[in-house]
Amino acid sequence: MEQQMNAIELKNISKRFGKVVANDKVNLTVRKGEILSILGENGSGKTTLMNMLSGIYFPDEGQIFVEGREVTISSPKDAFQLGIGMIHQHFKLVDVLTAAENIILGLPGREILDMDTVTGKISELVEKYGFELDPNQKIYEMSVSQKQTVEIIKVLYRGANLLILDEPTAVLTPQETEKLFAVLRNMRADGHSIIIITHKLHEVLSLSDRVAVLRKGKYVGTVDTKSVTAEMLTEMMVGKKVILDIDRPEPVNPQKRLMVQNLTCLNKEGIVTLDHASFEANSGEILGIAGIAGSGQKELLEAIAGLQPVAEGTVTYYPPEGGEELLSTKSAFEIRKLGVRLSFVPEDRLGMGLVASMDMVDNMMLRGYNEGRSFFADRKTPRNLAERIIQQLEVVTPGVSTPVRRLSGGNVQKVLVGREIASRPTVLMVAYPVRGLDINSSYTIYNLLNEQKKQGAAVLCVGEDLDVLLELCDRILVLCGGSVSGIVDARTTTKEEIGLLMTKTGKEERHE
Amino acid sequence: MSKEPLVHISKREEMPLAKAVMVRLVAVLLSLIVCAFVIFILTKLNPVEVYKAIFDGAVGTSRRSWVTIRDSLILLCVAIGLTPAFKMRFWNIGAEGQILMGGCVTAAVMIYAGDSMPTPVMFAVMIAASIAAGLIWGLIPAVFKAVWNTNETLFTLMLNYVAMQIVTFCIVFWENPAGSNTVGIINSKTKIGWLPSLGGLTYGWNVVIVLLLTVGMFVYLKYSKQGYEIAVVGESENTARYVGISVKKVIMRTMAISGAICGLAGFILVSGSSHTISTSTAGGRGFTAIIVAWLSKFNTFTMILVSFFLVFMQKGALQIASQFKLNENASDVITGIILFFILGSEFFINYQLHFRKKSTKS
Repeated sequence: MEQQMNAIELKNISKRFGKVVANDKVNLTVRKGEILSILGENGSGKTTLMNMLSGIYFPDEGQIFVEGREVTISSPKDAFQLGIGMIHQHFKLVDVLTAAENIILGLPGREILDMDTVTGKISELVEKYGFELDPNQKIYEMSVSQKQTVEIIKVLYRGANLLILDEPTAVLTPQETEKLFAVLRNMRADGHSIIIITHKLHEVLSLSDRVAVLRKGKYVGTVDTKSVTAEMLTEMMVGKKVILDIDRPEPVNPQKRLMVQNLTCLNKEGIVTLDHASFEANSGEILGIAGIAGSGQKELLEAIAGLQPVAEGTVTYYPPEGGEELLSTKSAFEIRKLGVRLSFVPEDRLGMGLVASMDMVDNMMLRGYNEGRSFFADRKTPRNLAERIIQQLEVVTPGVSTPVRRLSGGNVQKVLVGREIASRPTVLMVAYPVRGLDINSSYTIYNLLNEQKKQGAAVLCVGEDLDVLLELCDRILVLCGGSVSGIVDARTTTKEEIGLLMTKTGKEERHE
Repeated sequence: MSKEPLVHISKREEMPLAKAVMVRLVAVLLSLIVCAFVIFILTKLNPVEVYKAIFDGAVGTSRRSWVTIRDSLILLCVAIGLTPAFKMRFWNIGAEGQILMGGCVTAAVMIYAGDSMPTPVMFAVMIAASIAAGLIWGLIPAVFKAVWNTNETLFTLMLNYVAMQIVTFCIVFWENPAGSNTVGIINSKTKIGWLPSLGGLTYGWNVVIVLLLTVGMFVYLKYSKQGYEIAVVGESENTARYVGISVKKVIMRTMAISGAICGLAGFILVSGSSHTISTSTAGGRGFTAIIVAWLSKFNTFTMILVSFFLVFMQKGALQIASQFKLNENASDVITGIILFFILGSEFFINYQLHFRKKSTKS
């Protein structure tokens, strides 16, 4: 009997945000002691559904059953009491406290803290499931994967039986991902139920027992992982067949376009964020940039674009017409004035690349509004550009006057990339170009990058999905802790090699 | 068992303009009804009579109407001055000081220049001086903000008090009659430096200047490159930097404009309205104008209505105070209730409420 009972059952759950239906009569069951993956394109309602389970949103309609009993979850506290714990993408930890202190934070207890008992209990959990963690280590000394471990133990410590993980592997190296999966399998063996949200199909296939698929807020179905392939899952997600191969044309007549030498950046606190990075980028080539999140990717691109003060080193640009320009001493404004066609799609699309509250016309104007001597701004050219982008890139929007923040993630990215390639760049830098995008939009972006490559642009692409970088790029530069730990040929290298380069140990081994 | 919350709040999709206007009108209507009850309960007066008196006090006679219009124009002028700063998310609460500085130099020119120069030249000097004074007073906090990233809210607020002290200091020299500790009406006999009437209208020039500013600021913000830069910096400094807009330059330029217009409002106040200067010349307009600018969502044409409404209620207040022997603050209560309803209606335009359904389906 006990084995048959569902840990969680959702019946006909609906949630609307204004006109948008985020969840439409979704049904979902999670069995005891299983790992369930939730798959879905962006905007399919995965996170909304999970937020209702963890008490952040309240469903408009429908019922939630926990172990067969109908419950009302109206706050995260309710969720905790029912043994539901969610590990969010963005960690919520206090940097100056230790792991143990963070774990007990907010829990009721006696006036006098007995840290020995606490650490003892934590050590038990650590050992039981095979984590690696020192309870007395401070958060600021930890790597991203260690912080994630703290978040997971925090939830377990509070007695959660059902863990929800929102894209846990986005910030991990392949090796760390394997470790996490081992821990999750241990927890499953112990009777915990786990829901994992992820975009990566191979992870779904290797880890989960069953897969639930959502499409446009509707529940498509749940299948046993053993009986499906990546192609079948994609078809369920998208609603039609999609070819999962990325095109990689051979570079034609590559020429040196950008040379970076010993580029070093410091942050506001004076800590080195980019450490003597050196490399070359060629025309007609896509140079991938891999690394754990926060290894200096952002600083590297921003330093080249003139948005980040350079402490040391040089960036030299070689125009197709010949000659050379030193960029590292110039600001973004000066680089533009020089006529260097350098385009940059930053990671923070709505906070940096675009102005969220402005419409498409005004966002197109960001580039080139200052051209010409008129006191008044020309809105005709940007309007035409906006209309052209809507047509060519199939942007779904009510019109050019809709604020871009109302567009979906994929459409926002099309608007931004569309604007950046409209100036026919000789150097195109993109940071996490497909993050949060669904499969169709992702392939549109890959095609656009390839098109720029064919037209002779030097493309720099920072990515997080190594499978994609390996298929798309010509060469891959790996960053680790702010320095370049290797540049490899994407056609011959392996994911494991890059994974090793991404971590310090890999770098040291390489130098020995 | 069930502890489903009684009410949920959720964001509404865009409301059609006609419906939004309706909601606001209903809000005003409701507020008047509520005010009627409040008036009756507190004073036992007939609310209709009180409303009549307010109307009478504001626009009852042609003279009263013109005073209401004159004061609305000044408030409007200050609000227009504040608009570019607030659009840039620069919290300029120093309009009070900027007005005072503009008014102070205007008074200085009126007192010292006397009849030493021809009238047109004199007005050019007064206008230029008041603009310059307001500009400097606006530029100081902007420079500090741009270069050292100081907090503009505190800075502009403190500059208000500095401006007041400067005016107090000047009054020592300009006392008239001696010992009164006030400046009195400047050039009351000769009317030198008084903004003349235009086409028979006493406040004709005030109307022309402020309406020109209204149109000018609307066009500047909506169609000029600089207006676009202000919007970008206001919405996202990061984006501004990304596209190579010099944020420092925009902050300083915009505050110079903002301060200049507030300075000009000081000129209109002194030369075109009160013909004197004191520490209370600005009279809180620099703060009231903030409400005008935000209530109008930075649309300068909407500001005409809002500033007229606020001054209308102020003038009505004076009337009911004298007619019914009520405290002047009685009208503030009414204004407060009406504003509360208007601001509250914005909530219903942006959000909707879901009440718990009586029977939960099980």
